Amino acid sequence: MAYIPHTEKDRQEMLDVIGVERIEDLYDAIPEDVRFPDLDLPPALSEMEILEELQRYAETNVNTKHFHYFLGAGAYNHFIPSVVNHMLLRSEFHTAYTPYQPEISQGTLQVIFEYQSLIANLTGMDVSNASHYDGATALAEAVILALHEHRFKRKKIILSPGINPQFREVVRTYMQGLDLEISGDEDLENGQDNLRSMIDGDTTLVAVQYPDFFGHIYDFSNFAEAVHAAGALFCVVVNPLALGYLKPPSEFGADVVVGEGQPLGIPLSFGGPYLGIFATLDRYVRKMAGRLVGETEDSRGQRGYVLTLTPREQHIRRQRATSNICTNQGLIALASTVYMSAMGKQGLRQVAELCYQKAHYAANEIDSLGGYRLWNNDPFFNEFVISCPHPVAEINDFLLDREIVGGFDLGRTYEKLEHHMLLAVTELNSKDQIDALVSALKEFDHA
Amino acid sequence: MPEALIYELSSPGRYAVAFPESDVPHAAPPDGLERDDLPLPELSELDLVRHFVRLSQYNHSIDTGFYPLGSCTMKYNPKINEDIARMPGFAFAHPLQGEKISQGILAIMYELQEWLKEIGGFAGISLQPAAGAHGELTGLLIIRNYHRDRGDHTRTKMLIPDSAHGTNPASTTMAGLELIELPSDARGNIDLEKLREVCDDSLAGLMLTNPNTLGLFEEHVQEVVRVVHECGGLMYGDGANMNPLLGIVRPGDLGFDVMHFNLHKTFSTPHGGGGPGSGPVGVAQGLVDFLPAPIVDIVEPGDEGTAPTFGLVKPLKSIGRMKSFHGHFGMHVRAYTYMRMQGKAGIRAIADHAVLNANYLRVRLRDAYEIPFDRVCMHEFVMEGMWPDAPDIHALDISKRIMDFGFHPPTNYFPLIVKEALMIEPTETESKETLDAFVEAMLKIADEAHTSPETLRSAPHSTPFGRMDEVKAARELVLCCRPAYIPKA
Repeated sequence: MAYIPHTEKDRQEMLDVIGVERIEDLYDAIPEDVRFPDLDLPPALSEMEILEELQRYAETNVNTKHFHYFLGAGAYNHFIPSVVNHMLLRSEFHTAYTPYQPEISQGTLQVIFEYQSLIANLTGMDVSNASHYDGATALAEAVILALHEHRFKRKKIILSPGINPQFREVVRTYMQGLDLEISGDEDLENGQDNLRSMIDGDTTLVAVQYPDFFGHIYDFSNFAEAVHAAGALFCVVVNPLALGYLKPPSEFGADVVVGEGQPLGIPLSFGGPYLGIFATLDRYVRKMAGRLVGETEDSRGQRGYVLTLTPREQHIRRQRATSNICTNQGLIALASTVYMSAMGKQGLRQVAELCYQKAHYAANEIDSLGGYRLWNNDPFFNEFVISCPHPVAEINDFLLDREIVGGFDLGRTYEKLEHHMLLAVTELNSKDQIDALVSALKEFDHA
Repeated sequence: MPEALIYELSSPGRYAVAFPESDVPHAAPPDGLERDDLPLPELSELDLVRHFVRLSQYNHSIDTGFYPLGSCTMKYNPKINEDIARMPGFAFAHPLQGEKISQGILAIMYELQEWLKEIGGFAGISLQPAAGAHGELTGLLIIRNYHRDRGDHTRTKMLIPDSAHGTNPASTTMAGLELIELPSDARGNIDLEKLREVCDDSLAGLMLTNPNTLGLFEEHVQEVVRVVHECGGLMYGDGANMNPLLGIVRPGDLGFDVMHFNLHKTFSTPHGGGGPGSGPVGVAQGLVDFLPAPIVDIVEPGDEGTAPTFGLVKPLKSIGRMKSFHGHFGMHVRAYTYMRMQGKAGIRAIADHAVLNANYLRVRLRDAYEIPFDRVCMHEFVMEGMWPDAPDIHALDISKRIMDFGFHPPTNYFPLIVKEALMIEPTETESKETLDAFVEAMLKIADEAHTSPETLRSAPHSTPFGRMDEVKAARELVLCCRPAYIPKA
């Protein structure tokens, strides 16, 4: 029995103290007719065996260590310095729980405070919480914040079609019981002008993405003014890594910034666990969901940190809480804190610029092939859309044979974008890899 | 001594990570969108390693000491789980890379779904929810959709016992349902009479944590289920306390229609200082079509020579998507490893030893502390952290004093129905020696409470930090550190 330390002697002594004969006697409260089911589970494996078995499972999956990836669409293949994983493996971090007892949790608490500081500084916002599950759920929480701000009197949410489709789906799932109108994303062509015309006095929140799902980057300054003129909140969904190079959304007048934190040192891990970034302005802090760490002093006059503003939370306010969220993504927030600290002022800028440079090189090379065309000429960060001469699935199969994982097939999500591929390029894609992609695309078109 | 903040350790020009020069021709920067300044710290790698290692040493953790935090199931987190989750075929696979090149991952998710079904007695599982509270919201939306799908639009009331975890009522509000609180009776069970009173055709369901937050198995659970089902409601099980039920009873067999598991409690994935968790949701046959999308299924059956082909599918009447991608796969593979290493016999042994350890502590502490619902408990029990003849002492003082002995305090002030509650959950991975040392410390503290209360009032004494001024934190609200050279807007 793995990880159970009891000897026969221990068990006997303990049963004697309790005053029962057998462990089974402790289950009298459980209805007899359903007690002790005969479970159909496999027999135990030793550590040696499980390692071998799962090694075999692992090897059947294509991964970024062996193939060249040009796939993003919300999760990105970035370099993660070794120091990140080594800090994660500190037992004191990963085997602790929520820091309810600050005297013996200053490690976790100070890390969260530093995480909040780094995210606030990166996004340009006043304050960040201790994180949400992922970018999609962080966007849903932004909607909830806006609903609270307008005391649930405003019922309309406007989402740009440039927001990650999965994020938009999650917002709709979360909000289905609350009788709201969610619109804006029904037409792919809804740019800033169309969205602006939809904003009215019933609008509680307007959300856009930067860079958007297609990689585009736009200035939202005027748009934000229109949102504010209607008394609504302006939310910007970001790729935090792009902010190493791009103007922070605070300069556009964002009220809430959310985003998928995965690019900040988190392994792809087939989609999770990732990190939901949530930052806002001081004036909304009491309506913000999630854990929050604040600075204080201990009884000996030392600087220290505690969970603060807890009256917003479910364990105090129960059904009147700002959200049902209980934990945050503690360990993942730690990973991103170590990552941002290790990259620092120069490193994060360098990585973001490398992504930008390489993506532009790749886009130009592919566009000049002839058969493949850049979808439009709008500015982009590290992802771009290519209209293809063949079905994307066929192109991707061809690439896969050459150990290349191609871009996201946009036709799967957007009817109008059949034969369009969304390609992502990061600092890990060398010029040679990009050239290999370009020549494979050329070869397929001429085959 | 406090550790400096990362920004205070920063020195302009230092760096930890260098990157190669760009190997492609230069592209013009984006017009008007380039950032001026990036206010991140600048440190050498050694400086930042020391910083984070020193900070880690200020934490109490399972690996450094006993952690009997009730309701949190702080069991040992096996090291092999960490190694396996980091295998490149798991850690470096992209969630959208396609099913055909991710078969090993999907096979693990599929088998994990199957095992959770078997252990819980359910017909379907979604691995998508990111945590327990997220699983609750998922389950409540499933219940809401089930009723609406039948044209039953008036069923909006959720019954929740007063002993419930705060996430239950909060999730109910988020799902657009209305909360009715149910009182507990003298033995810590749901008050059946009150239940019968409030059950009518506006009932959506009842949310029950079983064993409840007193660590007690609901003695009338089958009657509760019968009453709820008879008036058309569904039973939601909060699986936070699943650990003592493994191989003992299946919630599905008791009549629960929906339940979330906590892989980070029951199935040993690390708590990570407060996440990431994982909160898979199990449902009975009639609810399978409502599960959030996607779930893993066999899309092409295998035969003797070939493995089946797995795919991601969307259930017919799915409530939608609860988060990006497919849930916390990194936690799924850890839980899978743990369950596979336990096997059938080990799964049952977990419950047996969790229950044995909890009852051992309960009996050894019952003379020194008041246990208001004193009957055989499951994986945890709740006692009062107060004595009539020691009026100045509160649960908080006991919690702070226990730190001086190298132990993490129990959960305090929860559940709300016990005065000055101390909720103790030892888990099955603790040895008798550890439990005995904890008992000795708790007995000594009970004694001190009467002989030298000031020792408790001023505790902890041996930790690197003393009690924190929480009022100051909330009043001054310093939530962020700005680098000195960046003026705050």
